[in-house]
Amino acid sequence: MTRFALRGILGRKLRTALTAIAIVLGVAMVCGTYVLTDSITAAFDAIFASTYRNTDAVVTGKRAFSGSQNGSSASPSFDESLLPKVTALPDVAAALGGVQGDAHLIGKNGKSIVFGGAPNIGFSVDPTQPRFNSLTLVKGSWPGPGQLVVDESTAGKKDLQVGQTIGVQSRGPVQKFDISGIAKYGAVSSIGGATLAGFDLRTAQQLFGKTGQLDQIRIAAKSGVSPQQLVAEVAKILPRDTQVKTGTAQATSDANDTTDFLSFLQKILLAFGLIALFVGAFVIANSLSITIAQRTREFATLRTIGASRGQVMVSVIVEAFAVGILASLVGLFFGLGLAKGLFKLFDAAGLTLPNNGLTTETRTVVVSLALGIGITVLASVYPALRATMVPPIAAVREGATLPSEPLDAIRGIWPAVIATAVGVVGLAASISLKPATTLVTIVLAVVFLVITLFGCALFPSRTVGALVSFGLGFASLLYGLFGSGLGATRVLLFIGVGVLLVFFGFARVATPLIPGLSSFMSPVARWSVFGLNVLVWPFWTFPYWCLRYGIWGPGRASKRVIAFVPFVLLGPVLLVVGIASTPSSIGLAVVGGLYTAMVLVVLVMAVRKRLTSWAPEWPADFPSVVPDRSTTRVGRENARRNPQRTASTAAALMIGLALVTLVATLASGIIKPFKDAVDQLFVADYAITAQNNFDPIPPSAARAAAKVPGVVAIASVRGGDGEILRNGQTTLIQVTGAEPQTSRVIDMKWQDGSPTTIDHLGSNGAVISKAYAKDHDLVVGSPIVVLTPSGSVLALKVKGIMAPPTGGSPFGTVTISSSAFDAHYQQPLNLFTFVKMRGGVTDANTKALDDALKGFPNAKAQTRQQFKDNQIAGFTTVLNIIYVLLALSVVVSFFGIVNTLVLTVYERTRELGMLRAIGMTRRQVRRMIRHESVMTALIGAALGIVLGLVLGGVLAFRVKEIVFAVPWIQLVVFTIAAIVVGIIAAILPARRAARLDPLQAIAYE
Amino acid sequence: MGQGRLTAVMGPSGSGKSTLMHILAGLDKPTSGSVEVAGEEITTLGDNDLTKLRRDHIGFVFQFFNLLPMLSAEENITLPLTIAGEKPDAGWVEQVVSDVGLTDRLEHRPAELSGGQQQRVAIARALVSKPTVLFADEPTGNLDSTTGHEILELLRQAVDEREQTIVMVTHDPRAASIADRILFLDDGLIVRELHGASSHEVVAAMEDITA
Repeated sequence: MTRFALRGILGRKLRTALTAIAIVLGVAMVCGTYVLTDSITAAFDAIFASTYRNTDAVVTGKRAFSGSQNGSSASPSFDESLLPKVTALPDVAAALGGVQGDAHLIGKNGKSIVFGGAPNIGFSVDPTQPRFNSLTLVKGSWPGPGQLVVDESTAGKKDLQVGQTIGVQSRGPVQKFDISGIAKYGAVSSIGGATLAGFDLRTAQQLFGKTGQLDQIRIAAKSGVSPQQLVAEVAKILPRDTQVKTGTAQATSDANDTTDFLSFLQKILLAFGLIALFVGAFVIANSLSITIAQRTREFATLRTIGASRGQVMVSVIVEAFAVGILASLVGLFFGLGLAKGLFKLFDAAGLTLPNNGLTTETRTVVVSLALGIGITVLASVYPALRATMVPPIAAVREGATLPSEPLDAIRGIWPAVIATAVGVVGLAASISLKPATTLVTIVLAVVFLVITLFGCALFPSRTVGALVSFGLGFASLLYGLFGSGLGATRVLLFIGVGVLLVFFGFARVATPLIPGLSSFMSPVARWSVFGLNVLVWPFWTFPYWCLRYGIWGPGRASKRVIAFVPFVLLGPVLLVVGIASTPSSIGLAVVGGLYTAMVLVVLVMAVRKRLTSWAPEWPADFPSVVPDRSTTRVGRENARRNPQRTASTAAALMIGLALVTLVATLASGIIKPFKDAVDQLFVADYAITAQNNFDPIPPSAARAAAKVPGVVAIASVRGGDGEILRNGQTTLIQVTGAEPQTSRVIDMKWQDGSPTTIDHLGSNGAVISKAYAKDHDLVVGSPIVVLTPSGSVLALKVKGIMAPPTGGSPFGTVTISSSAFDAHYQQPLNLFTFVKMRGGVTDANTKALDDALKGFPNAKAQTRQQFKDNQIAGFTTVLNIIYVLLALSVVVSFFGIVNTLVLTVYERTRELGMLRAIGMTRRQVRRMIRHESVMTALIGAALGIVLGLVLGGVLAFRVKEIVFAVPWIQLVVFTIAAIVVGIIAAILPARRAARLDPLQAIAYE
Repeated sequence: MGQGRLTAVMGPSGSGKSTLMHILAGLDKPTSGSVEVAGEEITTLGDNDLTKLRRDHIGFVFQFFNLLPMLSAEENITLPLTIAGEKPDAGWVEQVVSDVGLTDRLEHRPAELSGGQQQRVAIARALVSKPTVLFADEPTGNLDSTTGHEILELLRQAVDEREQTIVMVTHDPRAASIADRILFLDDGLIVRELHGASSHEVVAAMEDITA
C-alpha cells in the first residue's frame, strides 16, 4: 500500500506540488524565524563576549531598579577614585576604567549618521591594556586626545577615511575629531545599524559630561583566583552606589534587554509562520478532499480486490506523510533563504539587525519538520476517513460519486452536544488550570480544540454546528479579552483558540451563503475584471497581441508586418506615460519590464516552436475587454455548484484577509486618535525631536533654540524611568519633567487643577493622569513616592489630575517639574521640545530654528503636520513589515485557489470538451475559469474583511487607546489585491482548460 | 451458480442483471433472501468480513478495466496479494501472466497498453488470488469485437483448464454464447435458462423476452 501511495504522488505531480507549496511556505517561515533569531542571538552573544573579553569581574553603578535601558535610566556613573583602590587589591592583575554614552557621528550632509533605530554608541578605549580591548584595529592607529576610531561598517557605508575630520555630538554641541583609525568589534562581522566611536578616556569623559567619573571598571584576576573569589574581594571595598558582578553575569544582564526583544521578535515571527501553516492546513485538507472525490473509482477498485478500510486510510495518510516530509525538507531549505530575506526586510525598514552568519540549530530542524509533517498528516485525516467511506460498488458505477461524510454515521444532536461539551470543558480547564509547562497547556488545548471542532461537525445541521463553533470562538475571544486576572499567556491562548474556532465556524457557515454571495459577486467580478483589463490593455494586452500577430498571425507575412507598427509606436507613448507617473522611476521600470517580458515570452515561444512540435495557440480575434456575459454566467454557476468547495477555497484567503484587515483596522484605530490628540494638544508652532523621532535628546538643544529671537514660549518634556511605591508594592512607570512654560505650548484638559498647575510644580509637586488617579484612588493632595534609577526617593504631592485625549499625551504616569527632574536624574534628556514663535509657522522662523539647531545635528524642528507624520512614520514601518509577513498566508491561499481550479478543470474535462464542442472559444473557456477564480477570491475577501472588521471592533472596544475606525482606503486596496490574486491564480488552470482538445475531452474516461 | 462453470447473466437494460451480480459479489445487500459464497452466508457479513471474503474468494473484471494508472501491469496484477499481505508465488504469477499473454508487457503502465491488453491485466489480477468465484461485469463492453473475442477465450480457458467458476453479466449475445449456462432476467426475475447455446439462439431468446 505504501508503494501505491507513493506512486500516487508521482502520478499527480502538479497537484502534489501545488498542495505542497502551502506547507513549504509555512515551514520556511518557521525555520526562517528560528534561523534569524538564533543568528541574531549568536551575533549578540559574540558582541557581549567581546565586550567583556578577559574580564573576570565588572564594577558598575547600581541602579535602584531595573527598567528600560535607554537614556537617563542607564546605570549611574561613579567616582573614578575607586579605580586605584580596586587596582591595589591583592588578587587584581589589572583593572581598566571606562565610560560610555551616546555619540552621534555627523555625516557629510551635516546630519547625524543613524541607521534606523540602532544606537550610536561611544566609549573609551585604552590600547595600553589590550587584554580588555574589544576593538581590533583595521586601519590607522588608536585615538589620542581630539581623535577617535570608528567602526568598519559605518566607515564603509559612509566612506569615512583615516585622517578625516568628523563632528561628534553627545551631551553638548558638536565637537570636531580626527579619525585616527578604523576598527572592528571583536570577531563580529556586523553589529547591525549601530555606529561605534572610540575615544581615549579623558576625551570620552569630557564628551559624555562624565569628567572624573566612570561607568564601569573591568577587572582581570591574577592566575589561580576564580571570578567568584575576585567578586567577593572587590565587593568589600565598594561604595554603596556601586556593585560588582562576574564578567559572565554582567554579559548576561547586559544581554537581558536584547534577549527579551529577541524572544518577542521570535514569537511574533513564529505566529506569522503558524498562521501560514494554518492556512496551509486548510488548503491541504481542501485539495485532498477534492482529489479523493476524483479518485473514488480507484479506491473502490482497491476495495473490490480486497483492500480493507484501514488500508485505504493508510494509503491516503502515507501519501500525505510523504508529501509532508518532502515539503518540510524543501521548506527547511527555503527557510535559510528566508532568514536572509528577513534580515534584508528589517534592514529596508530601517531596523538593521546584527549578523554574524546564519546559525541553524538542531531545534530549528526538528520543530520545522515536526510542524510541517504533523500539520500535513493532521489535515489529511478527515479526507482519509472520507476515502474509507467509498463503497466497493462505486467501482462499477458510472462517473465519480462523492462518498458520504464519515461523520454521517454518528451524526446527531446528542453526540454533538456531548463532544462539544467535553471539548469546551477540556479547553477551559487546560487553559485555566496551572499546567506543568506552557507546552503541556498548548498540547492539551490543541487536543481539546480538535474535540470541540469534531463536536461542532457532528451537529445534524451543518449551519448549526458552524454557528456553535463561531459562537464558542467568540465567547473564548471575549473572555480572553475581557476576563480579569488572566496572565498574558492565558489571554493569548483564549484569543488564539477563539480566533481558530471563529475561523472554522465562519468557513463552514459560509457554505450556505455561497449561492447568494456568488450572485452578488458575479457582476462585481465581471466589472472589476473589466476595469483592470481596461487598465492593462494599452500596456500589455494590445502590444502583446500586435507582436504575436506580426509573427504568427494569419495571412501573408508582408501584411502581418503592419502589426509591428503599433507595437513599435506604442513604445514611446508608454515611455512618456512612464515618465509622467510619480515616481517616474517606478513607472519607467513597469513599462520597461512589460516590454522586456513581452519580447522574452515571444522569444521563448519561438525557440520552443523551432525545437519541439509545439505550436503557439493562436486566438486570432482582436483582444477585447468587453465582459462576456455568457461565459461569466457559466463561471458563476460553476462557483455555485459546489458551495462547500468554493467556501473552503475562499476560507483560506478569508483568513489572510481577515488578519490583514484586523491589522489595518487596529492601525487606523491607533493613528486616528493619535492625530486627534496632536491636533488637540499641540498648540505650539514647532516641535523639536531627534532625527529618528523617538530618541531622547540632550536639553542643550532646547536651550539653543530658546535663544532664537521671536520665541514666545518654549517648553521641553524630560523623560525617564521611575518606580512608584504604593502599599509596599513598586511599579515601573514613566516619569516626565515639565518646564515652566508648558501650559502655553500644550493645551491639556484638566480634571482637577488649573491649566497652569503644570508650570509650577516646585520641588515636590506632581501631576498624574486621570486613569492612574482613578485606578489608585488618588486625589489632589494625595502623597506619592517615586524612586529614580540613581536611588533618589521623591516624596511628592499630587497637585493636578490631567485628562489626556485617547491618543495619548507627551506626559508619563507621573510628571514633576523639570528642575526636580534634573536634580534627581543623572544626565536628563528631553523627549520633546515645543516652541511657540511670534508669527507662527513662517519660513523665517523655520530658518531661525534650523540655524540654532545646526550645532545639534541629531535634533530637528518640525511643524505640527510634520510632527504628526514623523511620529506615525515609525509605526507605519512596523505596519508594513506586518503586512509583508501576512502576505505569506495570502500567498499560501493563492496556491489553494490555483490548486482547486486545477483539480476542478481536471474533474470537468468532459464538460469542458462538450462546451468547446458546442462552440465555446478557448478565450471564452479561459474567461470562464478566470471568472470563477475571481469570484472565489472576492468571496474570500468579503468574508475576510467582514470578519477582520468585527475582530478589530472587539479589540478596539477592549483596548481604550484604540478607537474603531474603518480603514476605507486599505480595504479598497485589499479588495483589488484579492481580485488580482484571483486573476493570476486562474492563469495556469485556465490555460490547461483552454488547451484541452474537445474530441479527447469527450472521449476521456 | 455452477461450480467450475461459466454462467452468463443476460437481460434488457434495467432487468436487474447488474444488481444481481452486485448482490452475489457482496457489493450490495439484498432486502430479502440469502447469498452463500464458499459455504458462507454473506448477506449478514460486516465490512471487515466482506473485505476478507473479497480477498480470499472473489475476483472482479470490470467493463472499464479499473486498473490503477500509477502502477505497472505487473504491480497491478500482484496488487491483490500485496494488499492481503501475501508474498506472490513467482511461479503462479508467471503462469497467470503467460496465460493471458502479457509476459513482455509487464513493465508498462496502463496508459501505455491497448484496451485489450488492459483487460488482460485485469483478468490476470482477478485470477492471481485464485478466487472461488470470478465476477465479470460486461468484460467486452468497451472493446472491439476481435479483442472482445480474445478476452472471452481467456475466460473460457480459465474455466476449461482450471475449473474456475465465473459469473459474467453481459448484453452481448456473442459473449453469452461462450457460457455453459445462460440466465435471462427481466424485471428482476429469471425468465429463461439456456445451456451451451449459440449466439443465434441467444439473440432469439432475447427477442422473445423483449417482445
